[in-house]
This record gives sequence, C-alpha cells and structure tokens, in this order.
Amino acid sequence: MEKQRQFDKELDDLKKKLVHMAALAETMIDSGLTVLVRRDLGPAAKVRQYEQEVNRLEIEIDEAALTLLATQQPVARDLRFIVAATKINGELERIGDLCINITQNSETLLKEPPLKPLIDIPHMADLARKMVRDSLDAFIAGDPLLAQAVIMADDRVDALKDQVLREVLTYMIADPRTIERGLALILISRHLERIGDHSVNIAEDVIYMTQGRDVRHPKTPKQRPPESEL
Amino acid sequence: MNGKMEYKIQTENLDLWYGNFHALKGVGISIKPRMITAIIGPSGCGKSTLLRCFNRMNELIPGVRIAGRLLLDGRDIYSSGMGLTQLRKRVGMVFQRPNPFPLSVFDNVAYGPRVHGICRGAALEEAVEAALRATALWDTLKDKLHTPAPTLSAEQQQRLCISRLVAVEPEVLLMDEPCSALDPIATERIEELMRLLAERYTIIIVTHNMQQAARVSRETGFMLLGELVEFGPTVGIFKNPSDKRTEDYVTGRYG
Repeated sequence: MEKQRQFDKELDDLKKKLVHMAALAETMIDSGLTVLVRRDLGPAAKVRQYEQEVNRLEIEIDEAALTLLATQQPVARDLRFIVAATKINGELERIGDLCINITQNSETLLKEPPLKPLIDIPHMADLARKMVRDSLDAFIAGDPLLAQAVIMADDRVDALKDQVLREVLTYMIADPRTIERGLALILISRHLERIGDHSVNIAEDVIYMTQGRDVRHPKTPKQRPPESEL
Repeated sequence: MNGKMEYKIQTENLDLWYGNFHALKGVGISIKPRMITAIIGPSGCGKSTLLRCFNRMNELIPGVRIAGRLLLDGRDIYSSGMGLTQLRKRVGMVFQRPNPFPLSVFDNVAYGPRVHGICRGAALEEAVEAALRATALWDTLKDKLHTPAPTLSAEQQQRLCISRLVAVEPEVLLMDEPCSALDPIATERIEELMRLLAERYTIIIVTHNMQQAARVSRETGFMLLGELVEFGPTVGIFKNPSDKRTEDYVTGRYG
C-alpha cells in the first residue's frame, strides 16, 4: 500500500471538520424546531452553544485552508477542493446564524398560545435539513448527481415558504392581534428557505469541484457588453 | 548552557568573511530538534554558507574568517573541546548532486561505521540494512548490495547518500538543495523521506525552491545579503510574513 501523503491527510482533516460543522448545523435546525413545535425552551441553549462551536470551526477551517494554499501549492482537483471547502465553510456558518434566528423567533412565539397547528414549517425544516445533509454528502463523495438533486429540491422549499406566507396572512388580516405571531412564523419559514438556498450554493460548489462546471446564475450572460454599448 | 537545550543548534552574532567579502552578518538563529527547518533566499544570500558553518565545512576554504558563537546542544562547536571528526559524525551533510563513493552500495553505507569503528561483521551488516531501510532502499537494493553505487538512478544515489549518513547515527542532517538534480516525482518521494527522517533527526534544508521549503519545513528562515531577515514558523512566512523583503521574495517580486 502506498503511504498516504501528508498533504492528503491534511485535506482529509479539512473534510472531517466540515462534516462536523454540517452535523452541528443539522442538529441546530432540529433543536430550533423543537423549541417551536414542542413549545420547549430547553434546546435553545444547545442551539446557542452549537453556534459558538460552528463559529470556531469557521475560523479553524479558513485558517487550515489558507495554510494549505500557502504551503502546498495545490493545483487541479486539490485546488478546487480547497476553494470549495472555504466557500462551503461560509455557507455553513450562515446556516448556523439562521438557526439562531429561528430559535429567537420561536421563543417569541412561546409567549402566546399557538396561532395554528404547524404542518408546513416542520415539513420545510425536514426538507432543509436533508438538503444540508445531502449537499455535504455530495461534497464528501464528490457526487455531482446528488448535488444536482439538492438544487432541484429547493423549489419545493420555496413553494412551501409561499404557502406559509399566504396562509398566515389570512390569519393576520382576520385578526390584528395575531400579527406578531404571524410575522414570527413567516420569518421562520423565510429562514428555513434561506437554509435551503445555502445548501444549493454548497451543491453548486460541489458541481464545480467535481466537474469544473460553473452552474451558478444560469441566466447571467457570460460577458457584459463593453461600456460603449451600454 | 541551561535554557538553550531546547534548541539543537543556535548561532549568536555569527559573522563570516571570505577575504574581504562579508558573507554572514550577525546571524542569530535557533534550530529546534527533530523537525525540518528551511533556509531560503536568493543566490548569494549566504544560506549555503550558513549551512556549512553547522559542521565547520567552511574552514576548508582559504581566507575564511568566522566570529560569533555556534552552539550544538548548547556547546560551542568552535571551542577546543569539540573534535572535528566527532562533529561531522553528529552533523552530516547531503549535497546538491548525489555524491556516492565509487564503491559498491554496501561499502558506501558501511564506510562511516567502519571509519568511526562503530561496528563490524554481522553487526555492520545489520547497520547497513537498517540504514538502507531508513531511506526505503532496502527492498530494491538488497539483492544488489555489491553493484557499484554510481550506476544507480539519481534518486537512489541521493537516498544512498542519506543512508550513508544515517549509518553513523547522526543527530543533525544538513541538506543543500538535495532535490535540485531530481525530477518532480523523485523530489516528492525525497520530501516524504525527509518528513519521516524528521521524526528522529534535526533536518536543516537550504533551497531556493521556495515551494519545497513551504511544503516540507516547520520553520523557515529568509536570508538576504548575508542577513537573516526573518525566521519563524513556515506557515507565517508564506501566509503573512512580517518583513516586506520576505514578502517581496516569496511573492516573486524581489529584485
């Protein structure tokens, strides 16, 4: 057996840190939803604690990636991997922030009786969490098909967000006393939808990393026309 | 002496002149044991001169004058108590071009132990095998121990030269551009070997291949015009050097 190169070990470490960060993010989504659905303030502390951990990892991962870039002169797939890792790092950190927001909005909701039975939001949370997991699995396995599936799944989360908005609006119009709770629910659905978007960004980075193909902003023209023609 | 033992090699205000040419100017460097330290810098900056000070090889050059202190395990190597043969055994050198003796593979590696009277007979054979294993040559060469060393490939010759050093159980390995005569694949394999050897030996490598310094070393010193401009963790030198001259050099903007 060929001995594993030092550089490959360091790439592996980077990978493991990102997996750990993603696992924390998934748990944070779950815990935030527990606060909301079970009306239990307990897990809120865990979300805040994990967010600190995610922030710490963000710095560690950036530091490690920068060190590898500075000392190992990575090229080709190694270079694409490290650049993808730093971008995914940022996306996961943002997901952590959104989980904090979800938890805060849920805490607001707990001050009053429930506005309505919650169906769509827990469903959105399941989908969003799966998108986070699948995008990271795609990154680890270098699987562009799984990444593509994450991008496709986003439509469903977007649609649910619109549905929550429409439904909650009817409550708010009917009774202004529901506005504060209604807004909290709309914001939570918005945060979950953003988590989906960040997972899509991760999936796009995975496609670039594995295939060298940039699938972001498909409708943007490749080149802006020269100034004179504007 | 106490407090300096955490360093394998230390220089204090080391100056060196070749005749009137001031080649090293007040160099103070502290080399930690069992890791790879790299010295980088443009041609003529004094990096090889500094390396050669560590086992007193500059004395062979006429007109050389040295001032300052150079400590090995806290003891001045220019003091009278330190024998030159003993010093060279403890601090070995690997050169740019592999320089095996025109002898067989076995005799190359056995040379040092014989000279130093370390061992003979079966013990010598064991020592040769261990030294060849240390550089991952044993499996390829165990049936060719009596072929002339100069017929080996360049990479094998360089490994053999490292085996030859390892056979006398040194403490410090000095390497002066050890890969510049090798292709990229052989270079990578020698770099892996260096990482492995650094678990047991203190390695100091001089190179103008900055990428190599970045890849293999834990600490790096940058020299310019005989001065040690900056010395510290390699990551810092290549990520965020503190001296502008270092930054100019590592980003290829020097000169």
